[in-house]
Amino acid sequence: MTQTKYATQPIEGYRHVAPEVRVEGDVTVIDSNAVYYKELNEAIRGAVAGGAKHLRIENVNGQRYIGTGLAGEDVRIEVHGTAGNDLTMLMDGPTVEVFGNAQDGVGNTMNAGRVIVHGDAGDVLGYGMRGGRVYIKGDVGYRVGIHMKAYESLVPIMVIGGNARDFFGEYMAGGMLVLLGMNTQFADQPLVGSFLGSGMHGGTIYIRGTVEAWQCGKEVGIAEATEADMAELTPILADYCEAQGMELADVLKVPFLKLTPFSHRPYGKLYAPM
Amino acid sequence: MSTRPRYREESPFKIHGGCGLMGICDESGALMSGEDAILAMAVQHDRGNGLGGGFAGYGIYPEFADHFCFHMMYHDLRAKEETEALLDEHFLLDLAEPMPTRPVKGITDAPLLWRYFLQPYPDRLEESEMSGEDYVVSVVMTINSTIDGAFVASSGKNMGVFKGVGYPEQIGHYFRLEEYEGHTWTGHNRFPTNTPGWWGGAHPFALLDWTIVHNGEISSYGINSRYLEQFGYKCTLGTDTEVAAYLFDLLLRRHKLPLSLACKALASPLWDEIDRMPEDEKAVMRSLRAVYGPGMLNGPFAIVLGFNGGMVALNDRIKLRPLVAARKGSTVIVASEESAIRAVIPEPDQLWTPKAGEPVIARVKGMGWPIHGDLHLAPSKISCAVSGTEQSCETVEVSA
Repeated sequence: MTQTKYATQPIEGYRHVAPEVRVEGDVTVIDSNAVYYKELNEAIRGAVAGGAKHLRIENVNGQRYIGTGLAGEDVRIEVHGTAGNDLTMLMDGPTVEVFGNAQDGVGNTMNAGRVIVHGDAGDVLGYGMRGGRVYIKGDVGYRVGIHMKAYESLVPIMVIGGNARDFFGEYMAGGMLVLLGMNTQFADQPLVGSFLGSGMHGGTIYIRGTVEAWQCGKEVGIAEATEADMAELTPILADYCEAQGMELADVLKVPFLKLTPFSHRPYGKLYAPM
Repeated sequence: MSTRPRYREESPFKIHGGCGLMGICDESGALMSGEDAILAMAVQHDRGNGLGGGFAGYGIYPEFADHFCFHMMYHDLRAKEETEALLDEHFLLDLAEPMPTRPVKGITDAPLLWRYFLQPYPDRLEESEMSGEDYVVSVVMTINSTIDGAFVASSGKNMGVFKGVGYPEQIGHYFRLEEYEGHTWTGHNRFPTNTPGWWGGAHPFALLDWTIVHNGEISSYGINSRYLEQFGYKCTLGTDTEVAAYLFDLLLRRHKLPLSLACKALASPLWDEIDRMPEDEKAVMRSLRAVYGPGMLNGPFAIVLGFNGGMVALNDRIKLRPLVAARKGSTVIVASEESAIRAVIPEPDQLWTPKAGEPVIARVKGMGWPIHGDLHLAPSKISCAVSGTEQSCETVEVSA
């Protein structure tokens, strides 16, 4: 055996190896334990291209881009562990269910599909999201729903079960954000931070509970949700409750506020005075 | 005294990216090797680009616990000779030795790396009419700003900074951190943005036993560095983070601000937030912003401050950089990503994302708290330095 110059190797965070893949019934199981995200996502895309409809990814810890760019409404992916940044970025159809927490950037520019996180999620959730649904069980971070947008039948919907921090719905252009403030580890704090909907010029934010006017951006109008609003919201909440194993009646015990922008072009006259 | 020349690697260029960081502290004082810190950084490999990695360890030199330890970087033997002459003049050197390293693939162009365990000459110290710490700081500033090719990586007691150009897991391996044991470690993975990647410019930045790892960009660097110059600090290392290390030294050690106030001075509440505060708290915050305006850190940041006695993690006031914290038993751990925490502690008792501007604090039991004042005093009861009322002064004295 030849003696190498380097006695031992540095500690590795992830290994550049293909993950172990096995099939259990109709489920394709991928063990992602310490596998680098590139090799993991190659295996996921390979399985989906080969016709797999139900994938279970085990031992996930921080691998990025899971579900990114994937298409196919009948594809279902379970993620067990902590999902890394940009989960389901640009995704177009599949359902991704995370049994654990998700890091930053979930649903970044997502087009269609469902993301269900049975835990907390980080910052910039649903950045530029333009379709599909994201259901988070617990708390979320800063800048959630930033610049969500909608076009005709493409209407993104995001429901957060816990609390959200500052800049919730910042620059929101379309779609729906729902904040429940129920499953939180910060029960002693306000359910949402400051700059709520600042720069908002489209879409709707529903809040279960109350917010102070100073928490909101100056473009935001606050009203109590009407019966018609609740008729629109209730089926979404029912769907969320089913996905998260919660009781709809509990969610409906507290009245909702509806936040909408005063103008769809708040800065229209800023640079081109009439 | 002449100023050192500008180096080739300091030439201006700009790459956009992020950084990664971690900090771990066992509040019971139990020791851990540097491997946990390396693992947490290795998981965050992609947050850097190989142009800077580093660690700080505390409690690692128990056999020299009362000595200041200088970790030095030299470009050449002449810089080493000049520095050693200066050290000889000011300090009693009890041990001088090369840093233990091993060859690691990918780590090249290392400077000469030496460490010195030393104590100020009592008569020289007395002559200087300075505290031991101020005496050390003045020597550090002299070396960094006047000796061509010599840099002090750290200068505290029973601690040290290990840093260089490379990925952090390579740097940790290079410095054999598995052979050290400490109660507190911080780590950093660099993706240089506005300033070059070079050995002296890697994180952590240190002065005495204060160390800073930082993800972000201090856009107030210019005013911060000019402000610090008034107090004798010289910013010479070409990375914005340097000012944060000196600001903590100024606010906590020299001005004796309580930690909570120092954090509020660096990551100030916004004016409209201050307007909504109760009157007494409002008065303190207004004074703080008025007095320490030039010390405020503007721009996005997540930082971990390490020191003998624990660590503090802090975000900018609108959370423009990620930070996650967790606790299991007596261990507190923070990182840029949850995955880094779970690689070390798979099932923490508690895991959360800290609120912007609110510090996460780990304090080692039984160690002297080097920070003036109590941690959890109400703002109305803190700091004669800021509000100047008698009542506040009494409180600070009691809790120091």
